[in-house]
Amino acid sequence: MAFLKKFFPFLLFALVLSAIQVIATCTETEYYLTQLTMAAWYSLPVLGLCLVMGYAGQISLGHAAFFAVGGYAAGVVTTTSLIPVQTNSLVSLLGKAGLLVSRTNLYGLPLLHLTPWIGLLFAIGTSLLLSILIGVPALKLKGHYLAMATMGFGIIIYRILLGTSFFGAADGLSDIPAFRILPVLSVSSDFSARVTNYYLAFACVLILLILFSNLLHSRMGRALKAIHNNEEAASASGINTARDKLIVFVISALCATLGGFFLTHYTGSIGPSEASIMKSVRYVAIVAAGGMASLWGTLILGLILNFLSLRGVFGSYDDAVFGAILVMIMLFAPEGLFNIGKLKSLFRKTHGPA
Amino acid sequence: MTTEQLLQYLLSGITIGSIYAITAIGYNIIYNATGIINFAQGEFLMIGAMTAISLSAFMPLPLAIVCAIVITALVGALIEIIFIRPMKKPSVLQMIIVTIGLSILLREAALHIWDEKVRALPFFTGSEVSSLSLFGAHVSPQVIWVLAISALMVVLLNLFFKYSLTGKSIRACSADRASAKLCGIPVQRMITLSFMLSAAIGAVGGCILSPITQTQYDCGTSLAIKGFATAVLGGLGNSTAAVTAGLLLGLLETFSIIVLPLAYKDAVSIALLLIILFVRPSGLFGNADTGRLKEF
Amino acid sequence: MVLLDVKNLNRSFGGLRAIREVSFSLEAGLIKAVIGPNGAGKTTLFNLLTGNLAADNGTLLFDHQDLSGKPAFLRARAGMARTFQNIKLFPQMSVLDNVLVGGHTRTRSGFLSGMLPLPGSVREQKSLCEQAMVLLHRYGLADEKNTLTGALSFGQQRSVELCRALLLKPKLLLLDEPAAGLNMQETAMLSESIRYIRSERITVLLVEHDMSLVMDICDEILVLNYGERIAEGKPTDIRRNPDVIKIYLGDEDA
Repeated sequence: MAFLKKFFPFLLFALVLSAIQVIATCTETEYYLTQLTMAAWYSLPVLGLCLVMGYAGQISLGHAAFFAVGGYAAGVVTTTSLIPVQTNSLVSLLGKAGLLVSRTNLYGLPLLHLTPWIGLLFAIGTSLLLSILIGVPALKLKGHYLAMATMGFGIIIYRILLGTSFFGAADGLSDIPAFRILPVLSVSSDFSARVTNYYLAFACVLILLILFSNLLHSRMGRALKAIHNNEEAASASGINTARDKLIVFVISALCATLGGFFLTHYTGSIGPSEASIMKSVRYVAIVAAGGMASLWGTLILGLILNFLSLRGVFGSYDDAVFGAILVMIMLFAPEGLFNIGKLKSLFRKTHGPA
Repeated sequence: MTTEQLLQYLLSGITIGSIYAITAIGYNIIYNATGIINFAQGEFLMIGAMTAISLSAFMPLPLAIVCAIVITALVGALIEIIFIRPMKKPSVLQMIIVTIGLSILLREAALHIWDEKVRALPFFTGSEVSSLSLFGAHVSPQVIWVLAISALMVVLLNLFFKYSLTGKSIRACSADRASAKLCGIPVQRMITLSFMLSAAIGAVGGCILSPITQTQYDCGTSLAIKGFATAVLGGLGNSTAAVTAGLLLGLLETFSIIVLPLAYKDAVSIALLLIILFVRPSGLFGNADTGRLKEF
Repeated sequence: MVLLDVKNLNRSFGGLRAIREVSFSLEAGLIKAVIGPNGAGKTTLFNLLTGNLAADNGTLLFDHQDLSGKPAFLRARAGMARTFQNIKLFPQMSVLDNVLVGGHTRTRSGFLSGMLPLPGSVREQKSLCEQAMVLLHRYGLADEKNTLTGALSFGQQRSVELCRALLLKPKLLLLDEPAAGLNMQETAMLSESIRYIRSERITVLLVEHDMSLVMDICDEILVLNYGERIAEGKPTDIRRNPDVIKIYLGDEDA
């Protein structure tokens, strides 16, 4: 029974998702599922950031860079043709190991590239490297310095992606193929696979949510909250604050990278704008507005806002909306809209003392 | 490299460096008075230039610039009154988020008021083809304007903060707000004033730079980052050091073109910022105290 | 056996030498107090011992381990727990969670086992919770276990901090002015509490101004003034020490 109580919100969420899908299929509005799927992948960096900002209490204004790393890893590996070096011994070894994929590109030309699984390894590896490289020095900083350091990191990545032709410069990379997980399951932009991709994306989101939820109720979750509340007392209690802050940062970077990786395989393209400050700011806005210490609040708000943004509801005011959210939330609801504690006390106020 | 080229680079470096210094001083004024890092500082430069450009269509240039400065100062005051003042005991995170949000809003507002076209103020003297010969280098007269006006502003600000009652009051607020209040200094007004001052300084910077680099609705962002890098390089809060830091950064960035592809030029200042933050957050001229952030 | 052995500890803040060449030792099982006038450097000394502040030089041997220069969390792991002069609790966390943090060093579940609640880590949590509740009962806080510590009274917050330190099962407990703000009755209860802690084989080092408490329960006293060790010994000796008297009462001729 306790099991059911604990998992009730997740089951409810899964139910709502299925309902949405069924309605969409029946009303022939399945195109909504596409934006929802994209919003789901965009939730991954947001959830990771929630952990970093809301629980470890660190700010990161460069998370979009990690997202882009995932996407570009996916793109580079699957669009860089190895045909010119086909005869190289290493390449033929890879071929024999079954790690090469042969296909034709947009223009009908043959293309030989590494399997996207290598791309996944590459994405994770790069993300680990960068997050540790940046995390170790940056997390020693506080407040504005940390914000600026992470922002600076994000800008450098953005500039490198924007200015290097290998990464497609301003146009980015496109014609990125599907990512085959199982013979029947792949992350792709194929319209026929829309529903499977929808469930796949949200399955990932749910898994992450469950993992994080568990973490927060565990010893390390308590340690993170302790670090956020009073770092000095936390270390006096034996918590290795520097290491734990770094681990959380790295975990969140990996989340962002996975989100970028799968989104890129889903949409088939990636551009440098995914690494821009505006994207990083969006993630921060969603976490701040959703309640920095509320995984569900952040997730729901993120899904809604990203979905609306992707459907173009905000028009040319897209960035302005997120800017306005930041300002409004900080002025009127600095603890976030879905802060559980606040809602509880509000409830008590309107219904009288218990 | 010929001496002529060297001089060219040098002048280019100190020109842009002066603007960085001015932006940094803008940061420092607000930071000193309130402990806030105003991420929207770059937008003040942009607004100042854009307003001047629009006004110059139907009034003489000097008047347009002066009006633009006044208007930008008012914008600064409004920001402080509407968005900063109402916040009760905000955390550092909240301050950062608010000013970032404000910078985005200002940018988007500019986009919708002025559209995304690149504009520029007319050259103060001469035009884009006129040039003076300075020690063998060919230099636009605008460069002289930039250097002269920047230097003038630094001097005036120095005098203001050192000798005028208002300037000293602002310094008192930054040193110890509670004591300043006890001395009868209207702290709230001083804070608003510091925002207005920073905005005005930004506007001046934007106007003098506009003929050289042109202005666009989003030119504030990169200036903001580099201005911040300058402020940190010199030691946050230290405006005299900001001048040296700005010139240093400007020169470094300009000369970096020799070794790095142009596309990475912007990354130079940011890389420098990161290095400073990681190695010596108190900046080149700061002490351990500067490294620690002020409380709001 | 000597639990804590400090030699030639030094710490300056700019031009101010807050702690000069302080050396002392502490035998296991004793209750020792650090006393001295305001500004003598007592809390600074504490911070140097626990690693919350880095010493300029000097050595610190704890339980035969050289902890000199080691960060605070390692010293906590070695068995040093402390309370703070201005209480440092986690205001947005419940009383129970605050205390549970104290048990951090005695449990092992990390990030991975936290995310997938493995049976081992669940059991660990439960056992720690039980121990924490025992402590909370002892200090009369069992009913408040879910209250956010920000909402408690001063005395209650003090007790929560003590419980947190005790859950660490430390070898050495450092108490920074535990009697500050307590009335006579509460101070008497504190004496009892400290004696009970000693009976659990925890060595106690405390900074205190309340002389009656100090004279009552302490086995040894260390006197500091202007960052220097002035005297060290049994309470009766310290009480009669002319240098100590001079510090507190001033010179006869002045």
